[in-house]
Amino acid sequence: MSDNLEKQFEPRIVAFFCNWCTYTAADLAGTARMTYKPNVRVIRIMCSGRLDPQFILKAFREGADGVLIGGCHPGDCHYQEGNYKALRRFTLLKRFLKSMGIEPERIRLEWIAASEGDKVQKVINEMTEQVRKLGPLNLEPVSLIHAEPARSNHNTQPVMAKGGAS
Amino acid sequence: MSVINAKSNGTPKVGVYVCHCGINIAGKVDVQATVEFAKTLPNVTVATEYKFMCSDPGQELIQKDIKNGLVDRVVVASCSPLMHEPTFRRAMSDAGANPFLFQMANIREHVSWVTLDKAAATDKAKALIAAAVKRIVLHRPLEKTKVPVKPDVLIVGGGIAGIHAALTLANAGRKVYLVEKEPTIGGHMAKFDKTFPTLDCSACILTPKMSAVRTNPNITLWTYSEVSQVEGFVGNFKVKVTRKPRYVKEELCVGCYECVEACVFKKGIVKDEFNVGLSRRRPIYIPFPQATPLVAVIDPESCVQIKRNKCKKPCVDACERDAIDFNQKEEIKEIEVGAIILATGFKTFDASRISRYGYGKYPNVYTSLEIERMVNAAGPTGGEVHLANGEKPKAVGIVHCVGSRDSKTNAYCSRVCCMYSLKLAHLIKERTGAEVYNFYIDMRTPGKGYEEFYDKLLKENVHFIRGRVAEISDWSTIMDEEGKLVIRVEDTLIGAVRRIPVDMVVLSVGLEPHADADSVRRMFNISCSHEGWFLERHPKLAPVSTFTDGVFLAGACQGPKDIPDSVAQAGAAAAEALVLVDKGFVELEPNTAYVQEEFCSGCKTCVGLCPYSAITFDDRKNISSVNGAMCKGCGTCVAACPSGALQQNLFTDEQILQEIEGVISYV
Repeated sequence: MSDNLEKQFEPRIVAFFCNWCTYTAADLAGTARMTYKPNVRVIRIMCSGRLDPQFILKAFREGADGVLIGGCHPGDCHYQEGNYKALRRFTLLKRFLKSMGIEPERIRLEWIAASEGDKVQKVINEMTEQVRKLGPLNLEPVSLIHAEPARSNHNTQPVMAKGGAS
Repeated sequence: MSVINAKSNGTPKVGVYVCHCGINIAGKVDVQATVEFAKTLPNVTVATEYKFMCSDPGQELIQKDIKNGLVDRVVVASCSPLMHEPTFRRAMSDAGANPFLFQMANIREHVSWVTLDKAAATDKAKALIAAAVKRIVLHRPLEKTKVPVKPDVLIVGGGIAGIHAALTLANAGRKVYLVEKEPTIGGHMAKFDKTFPTLDCSACILTPKMSAVRTNPNITLWTYSEVSQVEGFVGNFKVKVTRKPRYVKEELCVGCYECVEACVFKKGIVKDEFNVGLSRRRPIYIPFPQATPLVAVIDPESCVQIKRNKCKKPCVDACERDAIDFNQKEEIKEIEVGAIILATGFKTFDASRISRYGYGKYPNVYTSLEIERMVNAAGPTGGEVHLANGEKPKAVGIVHCVGSRDSKTNAYCSRVCCMYSLKLAHLIKERTGAEVYNFYIDMRTPGKGYEEFYDKLLKENVHFIRGRVAEISDWSTIMDEEGKLVIRVEDTLIGAVRRIPVDMVVLSVGLEPHADADSVRRMFNISCSHEGWFLERHPKLAPVSTFTDGVFLAGACQGPKDIPDSVAQAGAAAAEALVLVDKGFVELEPNTAYVQEEFCSGCKTCVGLCPYSAITFDDRKNISSVNGAMCKGCGTCVAACPSGALQQNLFTDEQILQEIEGVISYV
């Protein structure tokens, strides 16, 4: 960031965007050259229903200050109803985060359709400022979950903690 | 199972290729710095840059490194994967590598085009590259599954676009189902008298195509029908079509009008839809003389027999062929098709929404569609343009951009109004000799012969006044205005407010998506722009495709279009559909879910979650298994599996977790 400005806290935000609506909308925002804050890093998943709550916990553990989730509007899911499942898991996780001492404002779920490039811009800017206000997320050095990432290899054991909200 | 055993000997060798995209990326991202950064990442054996990675020399860079054994996995940092993922996967295949050992980092749409600060853009690009490198190490070789494609095509909407697409496909030897909501095909074009700019007779060029639809053995035409359910996926759609009862047997009726003449109502009692309410029709009717199919239809809302079961039924007696059947029921047809073309068209803007223009208040304020019917020789007035009292107008005002280019209604330009306003100006002047005033914001005449038509109208002494009309009223201030409609407008070329008294006002209404466009698009699982037009996959390079493979768009359902553009797009959609069904198979993305049997605890959580019933439970082994052919790859089951037994190809937990680490930990 610019050196001549007073150094302000730059939050790191991880976003999970579904392939069909929100990721496409983010592409559209790009094509339309809608500039926005550089703090959000987007990870593409096929459907917001793929969002395992442990991804969000993992992001926080790795040092993210906020997590943004984008899916298709209710009724518009490319896979019929994955976004509803995302909403269910999100709602539960939000309560869980609160009890862990993480402000629920650090996670946000937005429905953004493929044509809503302007909404991507708006949400990312808002989210960045919101998390900036909250300040850095200082987790205890002891890891909160035992989510050791190693599972696809068949010779390792599955992780213990997985948000089981289905 | 679509996984091939990975034969990677030893550590993975990752190649990172950063694209400049001319200055699209390099103008904001320090490409050299990202390359240097990539070199420091674990497992990266090659990191390099090139001006245009998607060009042939760019792809050859990758292919050479693969062939020389320098890399076995590839990360390209360039544009969106939705843009060029297929390009690079093909390049990898051609070089003998598995195309799924590939990952894109989107540093154009998501970085260089949206970030102001260069340093921040470079940091963000580095983070996305790091994430891709971390994840690619865990990629495994996969294979696409081939699924056969049903040979038939469904076309929804029987306007000019649907008709043209149907004939194109039928002439190519394909079997086509053409479904139309109204009792006849023809759409809006059938209502017009003349078409711009050639002024050729609309019916003369449309009706031969309509009858070709009826006689073509490859086309199954279902009018008065609507698609009620769509299931399946590209190449294999299962569609239910609801055929409303028309109470007249289509195979027996010859369209002789005897039943219509015999109806107990000797005059029309309901507004004639085809004449946009300018005339009235009887409960039993044929929409217009060239209707296709030329079959009578009984409107259940107004027919006494259907409503009250108390009619002498003279129509039944009049029909020599016993075609009338009051017991007809709704019929559901089930078809299987490989591709679908949506050509559902548009509706015109409801002019009464702009109350200051007085539509619905003053009888001599008409919409352009009403005038289209009025100037039509087969229309309600036999081609005469007259006022509500039957007199010929001496002065007519045509107001452009009603419901277009207005942030209060529709911000977009409806594209056709300038041209049809010119056409109507010409026709009204020709039929009545009246003074015609056009009130426009800008004249938009981009098309072959369009500007010339505008010139012709200027020479015909039609008046053009530049300014958006403020108000239309019957409030007169001077003698000349008495009994007239006064159009108040700021003439922006002379910089003065003018009051123009006229006898008749034509509101050139814009085009809007159908009221049910939203439910239609949901049924076909496609997207809409925020105005409600169906969204194309790419505005330039895939203008007739949608985000749902196998569903294509034609005509004004995708956005306002004139007839030549609708026909051109219908031809394009037909060609796209033909490519799909002629190929005979589709290759499905192998991003399906799979069960790691040794971890499955048999809890069945996943079984009920799958929207496609792709998961079955094996009671004997007490585990779930995924049917790869039915799985669409959403990953909902994977996220829910409490024991981590379910995984999704290309999106395993591990790959995503590594991606999360990547985007955060390096920069």
